[in-house]
Amino acid sequence: MSETVAITIDAAEHHVAPGISVASALLNASVASFRRSRGGDARAPLCGMGVCQECRVTIDGAAHQRACMVTVAEGMRIVTATSAEP
Amino acid sequence: MTSARRADAIVIGAGIVGAACAAALARDGFQVTVLDRAFPSAGTTSVGMGHIVAMDDSPEQLALSAYAQRLWHDLAPELDPRSELDHCGTLWVAEDDAQFAAVRAKRDVYAAAGIASEILDARALADAEPNLRPGLAGALYVTGDMVVYPPGATLRLLDIARANGARVRSGEEAVEILPNGVRCVHETYHAEVVINAAGPLAARLTPGLPIVPRKGHLAITDRYLGFVRHQLVELGYLTSAHVMTNESVAFNVQPRATGQVLIGSSRELVEWEASLNRDILAQMLRRAEAFMPALGELSVIRTWTGFRPATPDKLPLIGPWDAVPGLWIASGHEGLGITTSLSTARLLVDQIVGRAPAIDPTPYWPARVHSASAA
Repeated sequence: MSETVAITIDAAEHHVAPGISVASALLNASVASFRRSRGGDARAPLCGMGVCQECRVTIDGAAHQRACMVTVAEGMRIVTATSAEP
Repeated sequence: MTSARRADAIVIGAGIVGAACAAALARDGFQVTVLDRAFPSAGTTSVGMGHIVAMDDSPEQLALSAYAQRLWHDLAPELDPRSELDHCGTLWVAEDDAQFAAVRAKRDVYAAAGIASEILDARALADAEPNLRPGLAGALYVTGDMVVYPPGATLRLLDIARANGARVRSGEEAVEILPNGVRCVHETYHAEVVINAAGPLAARLTPGLPIVPRKGHLAITDRYLGFVRHQLVELGYLTSAHVMTNESVAFNVQPRATGQVLIGSSRELVEWEASLNRDILAQMLRRAEAFMPALGELSVIRTWTGFRPATPDKLPLIGPWDAVPGLWIASGHEGLGITTSLSTARLLVDQIVGRAPAIDPTPYWPARVHSASAA
């Protein structure tokens, strides 16, 4: 039985604990900029409960997914502002 | 360039039509006061799409909007980033061969009016807009059309007016239009020239104007840069806009400078009932999804309604109102007021000062209302 889940963060493979949120996985991986504001500023989770919209990332090709509201899954591909995603 | 000092002028309404009139009057030397019951761009201007489009619903509408398109190109260097001017052009999308045949006729009509356009076949359309569904017949690409953020452009026009001596009074609601004046709640203003540019509210101040509110819905998505590249309108749009039915929807999608996608459009005659009509909103979004299936994957973050100032013959009311000395009308632009604000202002000011206008002003004269009711 696998103790970790394999996900891709900005093209790099990571092995993370099952059941955690994407936001937790990104913070554990030291991702500082989840997305960029319209003015170009770095954004990261603030509320952690789906309200503030600051932690949006692209998950499996779908833009603007709230990282704090999505649980990691095997093979999940996450793209953040760190890899120049607008 | 400011001319010699002329008379005083009052503009009622600081929407884009009033702002354009104020800028044109002030540049021509008038001492302009703009009155708005709320603040600049608080009404119809702030809830519309901001599509600057040459529209061929009738020869008169095409003349006014083609003239406007030229004036927007002339104004472009004076606009600032708030206006978010985007030279994206319009794609009039044809669903089938019958509509594609109409595309050729439309190109010829535009060409005769001096409007450049190109025919895109099915493949060229798919290349231009990859998120449209496969199987569409083609499109007419009107290259000179633009998109603007109407509140930003309105503020810029008011800046131009102020730079030429105009003053703008917010929170000043006109209660009654007088001969050569306007009575507000606390103050009465006098001027040789008064312009009623109160949009869908114009008929409250000038009884007899045949203007009714025509409700519309819009939805805007989160930011998806590059998802849509041109203003997209279905070829059947004119039917939806022209026929004064109680309800209609059409595919009309706009790329915003922010990467957001603005989705329209709907038309309803329900007086001033402003609440969201979920049924017609759903029809509108389904219509959009039928042309762009991938729209269904995007997040809509806001929906709202607004009121267009509609007239029975689908033409605006621009010109003198003889029943009241000094009064001129600039309203009734329905869904085309952002585009035709600039040509409206020029036509009006040319007539006020006695210059020959660039196009025939008579089709827009409010006097046609009297003739119609007398007939």
